Amino acid sequence: MAEATTRPKSFQEVILRLQAYWAARGCAILQPYDMEVGAGTFHPATTLRALGSNPWAAAYVQPSRRPTDGRYGENPNRLQHYYQYQVLIKPSPPDLQELYLGSLQAIGIDMDLHDIRFVEDDWESPTLGAWGLGWEVWCDGMEVSQFTYFQQVGGHDCHPVSGELTYGLERLAMYVLGVDHVMEMPYNDPQSPIPLSYGDVFRQTEQEYSRWNFDVADTEVLLRHFEEAEAECAAILAEPFADPKTGKRIVMAHPAYDQCIKASHIFNLLDARGVISVTERQAYIGRVRTLAKACADAFVQTEAGGWQPADSAA
Amino acid sequence: MPDLLIELFSEEIPARMQAGAAEALKKRMTDGLVEAGLTYGHAGVFHTPRRLTLAIEGLLAESPTQREERRGPRADAPAKAIEGFLRGAGLTRDQVEERSDKKGSFLFAVIEKPGRPAAEIVAEVLTDTIQNFPWPKSMRWGAGNLRWVRPLHSILAILTTEAGTIVVPFTLEGLEAGTKTRGHRFMAPDAFSVSSFEDYAAKLKRAFVVLDPQERADHIWNDATNAAFAAGLEVVEDPGLLAEVAGLVEWPVVLMGEIGEDFLELPPEVLRTSMKEHQKFFSVKNPKTGRIERFVTVANRETADQGATVLAGNQKVLTARLSDAKFFWENDLRVATKAQMQPWLDQLAQVTFHARLGSQAERIARITALARDVAPLIGAEVTLAETAASVAKADLSSEMVYEFPELQGLMGRYYAKAAGLPEAVAAACEEHYAPLGPSDAVPMAPVSQAVALADKIDTLTGFWAMDEKPTGSKDPYALRRAALGVIRILLDSGHRVNLDRLFDAQLLRHRVKIDSDDADTDEISALDDILDEIADHGVFGAAIRTVIERLGGDLPFLNRLVSEVPDASTDLLGFFHDRLKVHLRQDGMRHDVIDACLAMPGNDDLVLLVRRATALSAFLASQEGDNLLQGFKRANNLLSQAEAQDGVAYEYGADPKFAETEEERALFTALAAARPKIDTALQAEDFATAMEAMADLRPFIDGFFEAVQVNADSAIVRRNRLNMLHTIRETCLKVADLTRLEG
Repeated sequence: MAEATTRPKSFQEVILRLQAYWAARGCAILQPYDMEVGAGTFHPATTLRALGSNPWAAAYVQPSRRPTDGRYGENPNRLQHYYQYQVLIKPSPPDLQELYLGSLQAIGIDMDLHDIRFVEDDWESPTLGAWGLGWEVWCDGMEVSQFTYFQQVGGHDCHPVSGELTYGLERLAMYVLGVDHVMEMPYNDPQSPIPLSYGDVFRQTEQEYSRWNFDVADTEVLLRHFEEAEAECAAILAEPFADPKTGKRIVMAHPAYDQCIKASHIFNLLDARGVISVTERQAYIGRVRTLAKACADAFVQTEAGGWQPADSAA
Repeated sequence: MPDLLIELFSEEIPARMQAGAAEALKKRMTDGLVEAGLTYGHAGVFHTPRRLTLAIEGLLAESPTQREERRGPRADAPAKAIEGFLRGAGLTRDQVEERSDKKGSFLFAVIEKPGRPAAEIVAEVLTDTIQNFPWPKSMRWGAGNLRWVRPLHSILAILTTEAGTIVVPFTLEGLEAGTKTRGHRFMAPDAFSVSSFEDYAAKLKRAFVVLDPQERADHIWNDATNAAFAAGLEVVEDPGLLAEVAGLVEWPVVLMGEIGEDFLELPPEVLRTSMKEHQKFFSVKNPKTGRIERFVTVANRETADQGATVLAGNQKVLTARLSDAKFFWENDLRVATKAQMQPWLDQLAQVTFHARLGSQAERIARITALARDVAPLIGAEVTLAETAASVAKADLSSEMVYEFPELQGLMGRYYAKAAGLPEAVAAACEEHYAPLGPSDAVPMAPVSQAVALADKIDTLTGFWAMDEKPTGSKDPYALRRAALGVIRILLDSGHRVNLDRLFDAQLLRHRVKIDSDDADTDEISALDDILDEIADHGVFGAAIRTVIERLGGDLPFLNRLVSEVPDASTDLLGFFHDRLKVHLRQDGMRHDVIDACLAMPGNDDLVLLVRRATALSAFLASQEGDNLLQGFKRANNLLSQAEAQDGVAYEYGADPKFAETEEERALFTALAAARPKIDTALQAEDFATAMEAMADLRPFIDGFFEAVQVNADSAIVRRNRLNMLHTIRETCLKVADLTRLEG
C-alpha cells in the first residue's frame, strides 16, 4: 500500500495521483464521456460495461451535473457542476477494499492517523433500473467515497459482478487539502506562475448555470427535447441488427444509450425548473428507466456485451 | 467431547444485520447438528463488523449408531417379493433373520447405520447454512455464484479435543475451511492460526478485536460516561445508537469533542438528531442547563496522535452539518416570526397527501372543520382548537423538517411559539401526533386532544370513504394505530363523544373531495347545508333527507350518500370496536363481555361502553352475578324454545292474577320493584346499581324455577308464565345483551 503519502498541493494533483494509482493497478484510464450526465455511473464505460461476461477495468474523471444543487457558487460544498472519479472493475477483485484504501493513501491520507470506516449504504438508481450493495466510506466521519458491488443494471443481473468506486472529487480534495470553501481550493499548484483557484475556474459558470437552470431554461423546448430523445432511442433500437449497407451485424446500443442519457439530463433540468409534480416525477423516471432497460437489452446483443457469433448458430 | 469453533470472515456487515445474523447462524447450525444426532453442551455466538463467530462446547465426537428393524415378507414368499425386500434393506439373504410367530415365519432385516464423525456432519450442516442463510439482502461478487451479505473471504472451522485440533473438511465455491483468521483491518491485518475458542478470543484481543458486541458496547458506554463525568457533563442515553455504533467497530476508541459556540443555541433536539443521524455521535449535555455542549464519537482504532486527527476531522464534518442545520433554523424562524408560517401553509396546497384525498392544505381544512366540531365535546376552547388545527402541520414545509422528518411536530411547536401563537396552540403542534404507539403518552391538554382526535378521525374516515381499509398485515397508513390513539385519548380523559356523528360529518367532507368530479356542483355545495343540519339535528339521516327535500329534483349523488355514508360509518365503528377489544384484552376484559355491551344503544360512545363493560365484568365475577346469569339463561332458553315451538312471541305483560304459587307472586313483586330501580340507574348511567338491582332478582327467579313448572297443563297459566319469563328477559337485557355471554 505504501506509496506517496506527501500531501498533494492542488485539486488537479489529487486527480493526477488517482489516475496514476489506478493506471498502475491495470485500469484503462478513459476520458470523460462527452455528454451531460448526473453522475459518473452514466458513462457507458460503467452502465453498459457492467453488463455481460467480458472482463473490464476502467477509471476516469466524469464531469457531472445536478441542476437542483446549484447555489450560484456561494455554498461551500454544493455545486451544480462537479467532478466524480469513477473506477469499475469486472469481475470485482477479492482485494478491492485494499486497492481502494491504497488509493486513499496515494492521495495523501495517512492510514495511521485516520479512522476509515465502511458504513452500509446500498445503491439504487431508479432511472437506470440498477442496484447494488456496498458502503459509503467514512474518513473521520466524512463520506469520501461510494463503494458498490453492482447486482443489476438495466434490469439485467450482473454476472460476473462489477465493483464500482465513486469518489466525489471536490469534497475529497477539500478534505485532503484542508480547505473549507470549494471556491478557495487551489486548482493548480499555488506556487505556479499563474495560480488558479477552483473559484477562478468555476465561480462564474456556477452563477450562469444556476440562473439558467432555475429560471431561464425554456421548459417547452426541454419537454419537446425529452420526447424527441425518447422517440429517437426507440427508433434506433427498432432497426434490424443487420446493417443493409455493409451487410454486417451492427447493434446500435451506444447511439441509443446516448438518447437515454440525454432524456435523463433533460428530466433533471425540468426538475430544477420546478415544472414536474410529485406524481409526474415517478412517471418521468419510469420513462427513462424503460429506455435504459432497452439499451441494456441491446448492449448484451453486442460483442462487448458478451454476445458471440456462435450464439446465433446455436 | 470436542468443542467446535466457526468464524465466517467477510467484508463489513451492516451494523443493523449483525445480531440477527449471529442468531440465525446459531439456530441453523445447532438445529442441523442436533437433527443429525450431534447433541452439544452449550452454544455461543458473537459478531463484529467483519465476522460472525459460533462457539459450541461439548459436541458429540460422532453421531450415535442407528439401529433399525424391518419386518419383511414370509420366509416362503415368492422369490420376487423377497428380492425386493432385500434390495430395499441393502442386505443379502444370509444377512436377514427368520423369526416365527403365530402367523408363521417371517424375514427380519436389522439395519445398522454406523455413527459418523462430527467433522463430516459439521461440514454438511455448515454448507447448508451458508447456502441458505436468511440475510435480509444478499449479493454475489467477483465471478462466483455464492451469495452472502458482502463478499465472504475466509472460513475458520475447527474441532478441538484434548488430543488436538482438526480442521472441518469444508469447501464451497473455492473457500476452504482452515485454522486462520485476521485481526483488525488496520492495526493487525496479518493472518494468524488458532487452536481453540480460548486461543481465538485471546489472539483476537491482542490483534485489536473485541469479539463480544456486548463487551464493545459496555466499553463504549463506560469510556463515554467517564469522559463526560470528568468534564462535569453527562452522555444522553441512546441504546439503539449504542448497539449500532458497537456494530461499526472492532476496537472502539471513545473521543469527546466540542460543539462550536455558534451552534449551542440550536434546539437540543436538532443538535441531537443531526449528530445522531448523520454522524452517529452521542450527545453530551450539561445536567445543570440541559444544553447539549459536546459530542462523543467512537473511532475504530488507536492512532499515533491519540485520535487528534480523527477528532479534528469529525469536528469539522459536524461543523458543516450544523451550519446547515443553523441555516435551516434561522430561515425557518424568519418565516415563523415575520409571516406567521403562512408561506408554508400556502406551499402545502402543492403537496399531495393522497391522490384521491387531495393536498395537505385540503386535509388541514378538513381537520380544522372537525376540530371545531370536536372541541366543545371535550372542553377545549373552539377558537384555539381551530387555530391549532390550521397550523399544526405547517412545519411540514419547513426546511428543518424537510431535512429531518423525525422532527415534525417538535419544530412546529418551536415555530408556533416564534409566531407568537398561544402556548396551547404550540403544544398542539407537537402533541397532536400522539399517541404514536401503545406505550406512547396520550396528550392531556384539551386543545391538543381536539386536534389529535380530528387528525386521526380525518385519516380514518378518508380511507373508509375510499373503501381502502387495512387488510391483514398491510396497514401502510397506520390506521390501526390511529384508531387506537382515538380510543386511548377518549378513555384516558373520560370524554363522552358520540363518534357516529363525527364519522358522518367527516365522511361527508371526504366525499366532497372524492366525488367532486362526478357529482353535480349543486349537490356538492348542498353538502355544506347537510353539515349544518347535522350540527343542528345531530343525525345524518334526518339532515340529508331535509336537504334533499329542500332541493327537490333528481339528486343521484345525494341519494347514494343516504346509504353509503351510514354504511361506511357503521363499518368504521366496527373497526373501532375491534381495536377496543384488543386494547381491553390487555386489561383482562373478556371479549364476550364487550360483545354483550356492544349490542346496547350508544355504543359509539366508547367511555359509556367501557363503563358498562367494566360494571358487567365486575358483576359477573361475583357469586350473585354468575347465579343471575344462569337464571337468565334458563328463562331465556325456555322462552325461546316455547316461542319457536308455538310460533308466537310471548311479549304481553304477565298478569299477577293468574299466579298460582307464592314463589310466582313473589317474583311478580320483585320484578315490579326492580324495573323502576334499573331504569333510574340506567338513566343515570349507573351500571353498577342497575346490575345490583338485577342481582336482587336472583333468589326470586331461583325460587320460581324450583317451585313452578312453566309448561303447566292449563294453557292460560302456561302463557302467563311464559310472559313472565319474557319480563325477566326484557328486564335483564336493559343492562346488557346477556345472551352474548359465554359459559
